[in-house]
Amino acid sequence: MRINKKWLLLFMILCGVCAALIWRYVPYSAIAEDPAAPGRGYIAKVLFLGASVSGVMLSALFLVLRRTVLLPYIETFSRYRFLLWQLIQRDFKSKYKRSVLGVLWTLLNPLLTMIVLTIVFSNLFRFDIPNFPVYLLSGQIVFGFFSEATNTSMVSVIAGGGMIKKVYIPKYILPLSRVLSSLVNLLLSLLAFLLVIWITRAPMYWTIVLLPIPLFYVFLFSLGVGMLLSAATVFFRDLSYLYGIVLTAWTYLTPIFYPATIIPENLRFILALNPLAHFIQYFRNVTLYGILPNLWQNIVCLSCGCVALLLGTYVFMRNQDQFILYI
Amino acid sequence: MNSAEKQENLERQENQEKRAVIQVRNVSMLFNLNKERIDSLKEYVIKFLRRQLFFTEFWALSDVSFEVLQGEVFGILGLNGAGKSTLLKVIAGVYKPTRGRVLIEGAVAPLIELGAGFDLEFTARENVFMNGAMLGHSSKYMLERYQEIMDFADLWEFENVPLKNFSSGMVGRLGFAIATSVQPDILIADEILGVGDFKFQARCEDRIRNMIQNGTTVLLVSHSIETVKSMCSRALLMEKGRVAAYGDTEDICALYESR
Repeated sequence: MRINKKWLLLFMILCGVCAALIWRYVPYSAIAEDPAAPGRGYIAKVLFLGASVSGVMLSALFLVLRRTVLLPYIETFSRYRFLLWQLIQRDFKSKYKRSVLGVLWTLLNPLLTMIVLTIVFSNLFRFDIPNFPVYLLSGQIVFGFFSEATNTSMVSVIAGGGMIKKVYIPKYILPLSRVLSSLVNLLLSLLAFLLVIWITRAPMYWTIVLLPIPLFYVFLFSLGVGMLLSAATVFFRDLSYLYGIVLTAWTYLTPIFYPATIIPENLRFILALNPLAHFIQYFRNVTLYGILPNLWQNIVCLSCGCVALLLGTYVFMRNQDQFILYI
Repeated sequence: MNSAEKQENLERQENQEKRAVIQVRNVSMLFNLNKERIDSLKEYVIKFLRRQLFFTEFWALSDVSFEVLQGEVFGILGLNGAGKSTLLKVIAGVYKPTRGRVLIEGAVAPLIELGAGFDLEFTARENVFMNGAMLGHSSKYMLERYQEIMDFADLWEFENVPLKNFSSGMVGRLGFAIATSVQPDILIADEILGVGDFKFQARCEDRIRNMIQNGTTVLLVSHSIETVKSMCSRALLMEKGRVAAYGDTEDICALYESR
């Protein structure tokens, strides 16, 4: 069954109705208290709400209509599971091949960076943030994961050119393996995070068991962006240089080492539109503050993740047959 | 009806009973040969503004159709640049054809370019598993076959040596051993009936003969008329991306020689 215009129109109307219903009946308190942008960013909220509802429904629609189409993809994926595992292993091995400390660097890296930044920021610029090392490290871990995952998956297709020129493999395996190996790195650096909490005697809350949720959201988002970039970079190599600059700017636009409150009220919408700020806020809520994230936060984070993943997958799949002609 | 025609009809009927395991239907493959490679956004914009975005279209394959029947050894002949290798890659699924379809029944073992995913920094053992994974084998399967692969390649003493210290012949042996460790339904080979020294080449040929005897369909690309004559039952002659002729090996070889 093909998705024609009538279906699409019906679907959009349905989405609009759902968004309106949620907007009207979900208690305002559950939606309004957005710690990333208190009181502001009304338009951003509507955008996110629409995006999340349409994202979820689009996936549902796709699954219903294209169930039989998806089946071969699932079969192919399960056939190439071992390849995925091998690629992740190789990423790891080649990363630490010549180093003495090996995997220990995954732990040491965030710790050492954190120490440097803590010294800089608690002496040079004084922000009144309680448990600053934990605050800093939480932002740094999430952002570091995103930047590593996207940076490495961006060139994954080009680097894998030798493979896809010789045999058939599902191409999405290449960015996926990079994002997954970044995820393994992230999990290892969580150990460093726990260590810092313990050393600085920061309070520990039970909400820390919810930690997999923000990690899942940021994983979806990074995978989507990674696939998008990896497809685009095949056609325009310049992107890999450009993206480094974008990432630098992004670091400063994200409250990693400064509190969100130092941004003037009328510019807060920038934070509200920054997915990473939301992921980091979620992460801090469950680890640092012991706050149970509300429905709104979940909607925002999930919608960012889903939209990025849908977009990335779409662009990647549309162009994947052309890759080989441009490598 | 004379006897020669009768014979032909009989053969045709026989062939019809066999299933076609590879069906290539009206396959065309278009490459854009950019006069200069445009890799960057800046170049692209400049070229776009100056309206210099010229692509030279090149049809590497145009409207190629044929069938390979089960258990047959099928040869593809042609000069350099006739589109033989492109055709094999389309059949192996490496390229997706611009137009047309390829239907395949059964598991394919590509012997087109050996050693996909070989990384010179890693050991033979690691590379065997990587390459196996690339060919779509599971971890369990590779563990089972590992012994046999290393036996065939005869490289046990270099098991844990990085590939960068191997000679090219040894790398070739390893690649061949992995690619042929399966008993595939279809084997696609591009000129590599032998890698390594003459001893190993003999074993390669043995192995492929064995496969053929066990009913593997073989698609073989070659420049060498001798090889095709001695092995193939039917053949295809390619010329500038088109099928020039398609039929019995004898006729095709005669035609190829006359051109």
